[in-house]
Amino acid sequence: MPLKNALCAASALALLTATGATAETITIATVNNGDMIRMQGLTDDFTSANPDIELEWVTLEENVLRQRVTQDIAANGGQFDVMTIGMYETPIWAAQGWLVPLEDMGEDYDVDDILPAMRAGLSYEDTLYAAPFYGESSMVMYRTDLMEQAGLEMPDEPTWEFIAEAAEAMTDKDNEIYGICLRGKAGWGENMAFLTTVANSFGARWFNEDWEPQLDSREWSEAINFYYDLMTNYGPPGASTNGFNENLALFQQGKCGMWIDATVAASFVTNPNDSTVADSVGFALAPDTGKGKRANWLWAWALAVPAGSDAKDAAKKFVAWATSKDYLELVAENEGWANVPPGSRTSLYENENYQDVPFAEMTLQSINAADPNNPTVDDVPYVGIQYVAIPEWAGIGTSAGQEFSAMLAGQQSPEEALQKAQTLVADEMEAAGY
Amino acid sequence: MARAVSTRRKTLTTVAAWAVGLLIFFPILWTFLTSFKTEATAIADPPVFLFFDWTTENYSVVQERSDYMRFLWNSVIIAGGSTLLGIIIAVPAAWAMAFVPSRWTKDILLWMLSTKMLPAVGVLYPMYLIFIQLGLLDTRIGLTIVLMLVNLPIIVWMLYTYFKEIPGEILEAARMDGAGLKEELLYVLTPMAIPGIASTVLLNVILAWNEAFWTLNLTAASAAPLTAFIASYSSPEGLFYAKLSAASTMAIAPILILGWFSQKQLVRGLTFGAVK
Repeated sequence: MPLKNALCAASALALLTATGATAETITIATVNNGDMIRMQGLTDDFTSANPDIELEWVTLEENVLRQRVTQDIAANGGQFDVMTIGMYETPIWAAQGWLVPLEDMGEDYDVDDILPAMRAGLSYEDTLYAAPFYGESSMVMYRTDLMEQAGLEMPDEPTWEFIAEAAEAMTDKDNEIYGICLRGKAGWGENMAFLTTVANSFGARWFNEDWEPQLDSREWSEAINFYYDLMTNYGPPGASTNGFNENLALFQQGKCGMWIDATVAASFVTNPNDSTVADSVGFALAPDTGKGKRANWLWAWALAVPAGSDAKDAAKKFVAWATSKDYLELVAENEGWANVPPGSRTSLYENENYQDVPFAEMTLQSINAADPNNPTVDDVPYVGIQYVAIPEWAGIGTSAGQEFSAMLAGQQSPEEALQKAQTLVADEMEAAGY
Repeated sequence: MARAVSTRRKTLTTVAAWAVGLLIFFPILWTFLTSFKTEATAIADPPVFLFFDWTTENYSVVQERSDYMRFLWNSVIIAGGSTLLGIIIAVPAAWAMAFVPSRWTKDILLWMLSTKMLPAVGVLYPMYLIFIQLGLLDTRIGLTIVLMLVNLPIIVWMLYTYFKEIPGEILEAARMDGAGLKEELLYVLTPMAIPGIASTVLLNVILAWNEAFWTLNLTAASAAPLTAFIASYSSPEGLFYAKLSAASTMAIAPILILGWFSQKQLVRGLTFGAVK
């Protein structure tokens, strides 16, 4: 009897060990947004086709995630097998050798179908290091009813001059309607993302070709003064603390005439469950000043495999699934075309069903109008539209952002803010050895 | 006359205490109320207080999306384990400092407290690298040790203060009756300091439960406690305040209930020795 028991125990143990050896677990670090949550709900499709791979999710707030994955990858912690990273990190990390190149992703993957702007921003030395899960640009969202009341018509390609005119006409402070809502909250991914695109459209640039900061230029002064006047006269009160969410709330409650922000907002403001103005929203390209660059950015949340992962093949298999054409169809089948993650593949925009989605065309045009390798009117030594793809950017962007946020809060003039930003960027760059 | 003034004073104090209490409790109450609103009502301006269509949808969404029990279990183990470990180490330490002080005792106490003055992020990388070397990343035992170390100065300080209130003669008498060090600590000192130890335990469980720096930075999937559960519902691109509130309510509910039931003990322990 004891022998029988021992045999049973031994076979159970062997079975357990065998199962443990074949099933591979990959840990995926991701952000909390609608598209990512939807993906988590659809992973049965992946696991049923790959029963030998188990998925574990770590969902974190964007800033926490960024800090967490940076720390893990820099220390080679090996905590994650798939990381959700942005366009800013990808080329920097790839240059450090921290990411696995995404080559040989399978026969059906069709890497050439990825939108060219996305592919360029997520590559390093012509090799793709992160696969776009969804991409976004920025555009003008406006209230068609207020625009009509004001007797104006929004062109598809507005100028900043027109935006200022429309903002003035739509503002009705007695009824808490503000002509324009823009980001004011300090941060490199907050107000500086937006202000950098405004600067680009006014012909300004962060650095000249010798890496000298240019915030004391006439173009920067024009851009910042324009933003300051626009927001002080026609913006909502307390705008210096408004980020994406705050402006989204204001727009959904009908308090903004126009809002220039991420294209992904289009699906929120047109959703009748959350938005009181869902049926009267129009879209237009981000404004310009006629100098050849529009104030639209380019961003992608992409999936990458860290070099420290011990399950690289399984991780790549998952990345290939989540960023494939089939995945887009899977979402459409289950959740409808409006919920398909936008901005990653050309074929999506050629799909007739997707063309019926009201914001599809404007999103594609906005993305196509953005070129991270050639972001400004004058030549620059850096890549990136609403950021500068150097490791120092997060620090200098945030510090400069604090100056412009303080300016909007009335604590200093645009000239003072620019002067301080110029000094701190110059110091920082000198310390970094540029 | 004196009595009238005293009653008026009492009323004033009571009203003031309630006002301060409500002010402090309001954010929790607001989170609780928001968790029953729809996302649209959650951001309504002007805000709605009680009269809205109450819905439990956020709770079902959160339940569906996350394995709440796993996070809860991790929190219980990490908060409970670190406190227990801390108490085991701190009781003898505080005993030594209170009853057998040396000329360095005051300095040691101050030095212990000074470790709390260093911002945690200052030692994040060394700690992270040590954790990688020891294979402790994303493990409950690793986090238990870290939280124990983080809270140890507070535990020692609190216990030291309580022990100082106990007359040394009682321990001396026990020794004269033949009690060894073990008996003295276990059967004489500990029972006398129970209110103090209880409030130290409670306070440290609360501190460890709410600790959101190390618990977020040293975990991924398997050891993540409720702080990571809350963090997973925060989003800078999208208004999910109602769901975030539901997640927060679920995360703080256990500790709130624990605090509610043990408030007498907590207050008694915290005011122990305050009036001489």
